[in-house]
Amino acid sequence: MATSSSLDAKIPQGPIETKWSKYKSSVPLVNPANKRNLEIIVVGTGLAGASAAATLAELGYKVKAFCFQDSPRRAHSIAAQGGINAAKNYQNDGDSIYRLFYDTIKGGDYRAREGNVHRLAEVSGNIIDQCVAAGVPFAREYGGLLSNRSFGGTQVQRTFYAAGQTGQQLLLGAYSGLQRQVGMGTVQMYNRHEMLDVVNIDGKCRGIIARNLITGELERHGGHAVLLCTGGYGNVFYLSTNAMGSNVTAAWKAHKKGAFFGNPCFTQIHPTCIPVSGEHQSKLTLMSESLRNDGRIWVPKAKNDTRPGNEIPENERDYYLERRYPAFGNLVPRDIASRAAKERCDAGYGVGTSKLAVFLDFAAAVDRYGHGEANKNNIANPSKEDIITWGKAVVKEKYGNLFDMYKQITGEDPYEVPMRIYPAVHYTMGGLWVDYNLMTTVPGLYALGEANFSDHGANRLGASALMQGLADGYFVIPYTIGSYLAKEIGTGKIPTDHEAFVQTEKEVKDRIDKLVSIQGKTSPELFHRRLGQIMWDKCGMARNAQGLKEAIVEIRALREEFWRDVKVMGTTTEFNPELDKAGRVADFIELGELMCIDALTREESCGGHFREEHQTEEGEALRDDENFMFVSAWEHKSIENWELHKEELIYDNIKIAQRSYK
Amino acid sequence: MSAGNMHIKLKVWRQSNTNKGGFEDYSLDGVSPDMSFLEMFDVLNEQLIEAGTEPVAFDHDCREGICGACSMYINGRPHGPLRGVTTCQLHMRSFNDGDTIVVEPWRAEAFPVIKDLVVDRDAFDRVIAAGGFISVNTGNAQDANSLPIPKEAADDAFSAAACIGCGACVAACKNASAMLFVSAKISQLALLPQGQAERSIRAEKMVAQMDAEGFGACTNTGACSAECPKEISMVNIARMNREYIGAKISSTAV
Ligand SMILES: Cc1cc2nc3c(=O)[nH]c(=O)nc-3n(C[C@H](O)[C@H](O)[C@H](O)COP(=O)(O)OP(=O)(O)OC[C@H]3O[C@@H](n4cnc5c(N)ncnc54)[C@H](O)[C@@H]3O)c2cc1C
Ligand code: FES
Repeated sequence: MATSSSLDAKIPQGPIETKWSKYKSSVPLVNPANKRNLEIIVVGTGLAGASAAATLAELGYKVKAFCFQDSPRRAHSIAAQGGINAAKNYQNDGDSIYRLFYDTIKGGDYRAREGNVHRLAEVSGNIIDQCVAAGVPFAREYGGLLSNRSFGGTQVQRTFYAAGQTGQQLLLGAYSGLQRQVGMGTVQMYNRHEMLDVVNIDGKCRGIIARNLITGELERHGGHAVLLCTGGYGNVFYLSTNAMGSNVTAAWKAHKKGAFFGNPCFTQIHPTCIPVSGEHQSKLTLMSESLRNDGRIWVPKAKNDTRPGNEIPENERDYYLERRYPAFGNLVPRDIASRAAKERCDAGYGVGTSKLAVFLDFAAAVDRYGHGEANKNNIANPSKEDIITWGKAVVKEKYGNLFDMYKQITGEDPYEVPMRIYPAVHYTMGGLWVDYNLMTTVPGLYALGEANFSDHGANRLGASALMQGLADGYFVIPYTIGSYLAKEIGTGKIPTDHEAFVQTEKEVKDRIDKLVSIQGKTSPELFHRRLGQIMWDKCGMARNAQGLKEAIVEIRALREEFWRDVKVMGTTTEFNPELDKAGRVADFIELGELMCIDALTREESCGGHFREEHQTEEGEALRDDENFMFVSAWEHKSIENWELHKEELIYDNIKIAQRSYK
Repeated sequence: MSAGNMHIKLKVWRQSNTNKGGFEDYSLDGVSPDMSFLEMFDVLNEQLIEAGTEPVAFDHDCREGICGACSMYINGRPHGPLRGVTTCQLHMRSFNDGDTIVVEPWRAEAFPVIKDLVVDRDAFDRVIAAGGFISVNTGNAQDANSLPIPKEAADDAFSAAACIGCGACVAACKNASAMLFVSAKISQLALLPQGQAERSIRAEKMVAQMDAEGFGACTNTGACSAECPKEISMVNIARMNREYIGAKISSTAV
């Protein structure tokens, strides 16, 4: 591994409050006649991709959009539960653009870029306006105005939501805008298509090779710019809260074609997920962070207490988050809550059969809401039963679908007994490195949404991914892409018979043929599971040098074994999910290696990256700002060989400090 | 950790480019009651791969009951025996040791089979593209709180918007009608003030596209709503009929 000089993020000059507005008023424009001749390829139609594709088409560009599901409406964004942040200050509780900016930088443990985060906070309000106008049915108060709740790492109520289905409602809103353009013929939609490589000509990205997943045919698509909106790579751990199909392939192919990968080891482990129940488990289910508004987290004070949660008396419970972090209590950021749960379980206080779980308890909330309802209806001496009934009804209205899901999966009724929860892989802050324009290190190739290394530093705050995806797609890329495309108006249509397309298509085909020709003994699924186990054990919630070094060796061996022993059934010219999976697992294996290298190189703890060698006496993450206040951007050189580039992080507007939520 | 000790027999529809389709019988041991229905299929597929047979293709993604991808017709019911539950959220504890389970794809002319249990639901996307939106370009919006919406209207719109577009309603209906799906979108937007400007044209265009796709007529049997994993209400269909008739009376288009 070599390291080299620093990277330029192209952040506009000037005071933080005016960077974006000045940029917007000075960015080169493309006139409508020229827009019609410029083609943009959007890969991925989750929140980031659907909003970008629709908006760019509205502006007059010719857009082609791709997704691997059977419909854009099924992108992984659909599963987001809890909410979306915006600095509207509708609650009059002291919120502001600056505070959202500050919370995000602090929440990210001072590893995010100031310029981008401020822009994100500035456009956050417009997102809510846009979504409401498009018919997104956010939760409302009786007066007809929008309702808010709190998420972790903040002390204001700035989260907008639609029950526990916020992602669904936002995506269906963005999807309907996209379908409107599809209906008008300004977006051509390619569903059940998988992008398998990018095509570069003379140093610029000029298109993609995609595979029609129904027929297996390879297709060449040319464009003046390519936007990767392909989501995160949490499934490198096999078990995660991500959808089964979420994968790194698009980003990884781009990485191997010159796009640097930013902070690959920054992974978010979410504190409140349903614990693993058996070895056939295929995925983990999140219980939204919004539940921490009303749920209290605890473990028994005694080790190995096997009584059901509701039978353990109050004075024998340890509400460890409230105890350790009185200022934020159950609403500390995710990385902190996850580590605290792990600490209690490792120390022997875990609950449930596996002992790898803590309680999330709603009894106090039911009681509080029940009394609230009694007051509202002027009932003086309500019975205990009535209080509980009314309280449960309020809880049901707020979180009903989550409670149902919990019951369906575990067979236990969370209205009666406390939920059992444990941390699980959830989100990846790392991703393709992008500059202020959201452009990767390959000119013309952009990354949006969770696919980029993003604005969340080393830890993302809840309800900020939806905000970032829609900010990128609705309000950032439509401006920033102009500065590149203004210089492309003379380029003309991209010829897909160019040698670069022919060559790239051949590479893709050769790889697919190789995958089906090996005919070894092990399914892609089993390789995936083994990779996940290595990653979770050695590059998961806590990491150390020795484990990471071992992991790198093991992953290299796994890669070698994969290409010798994988067994892919079926042919290349038909609908073949096994083949799709094999290609994705192969890419995950390579990514896993880079994640471990990145984690090993970052000799500090920050946010979700916890190196056991670097912690305070109280077990909190210990940053090393002197040596590691940079974004790691990895350049792929050849197999097992990367070069590290650094983007120095400069904090002009926020005083950096040790993060404290006490 | 649940030890799997159930024994299950399966009759699964297999179909491909070269095979017009038919049932295959499989037998599975070691099934755990805590497994989801799809995890049971994962086990089956691992077993098939080991035996050198092609695994069963099925659509799935979120496995949380929200993306609408999973779509198995189980023992004669879309998404199986439980009310309000998708295939991916169905667990083996809903079955008994020794049961024989019959699994088929959605059956409807508008949803042709691609392979095994996977069908083509593009028709739904085309219905939405015909009018299932509010025409508001990015940047046009006013402040979100400048338009108060009564909580009840917002809640009703949300209930209709909870549709996951899985197609169970079509699969459940003896006429393969898509009325529940289409009416849910029309209702959502008709209930909101933002949706008023295009209210009539939306209903007309979406219904016209629905008919063009070859979905059947609605005879008010109610199977769609009974089998809907999100329990979308029949009230939406009544509302859509009102919208559509109203639109036709004043129609200038379509
Ligand atoms: C269970 C869960 C709950 C969450 N809840 C919240 C929440 O409450 N608030 C919040 O802010 N965030 C939440 N998040 C995070 C948030 O949902 C995601 O970060 C965000 O939705 C990602 O959006 P995206 O548009 O970047 O990508 P995605 O929605 O993942 O979309 C990716 C798109 O790329 C396509 N794609 C990928 N690879 C290819 C390829 N090779 N070829 C073609 N197409 C491809 C896919 O088909 C899909 O269309 C949650 C995440 C999970 C897992
Ligand atoms: S897999 Fe998403 S709803 Fe079943």
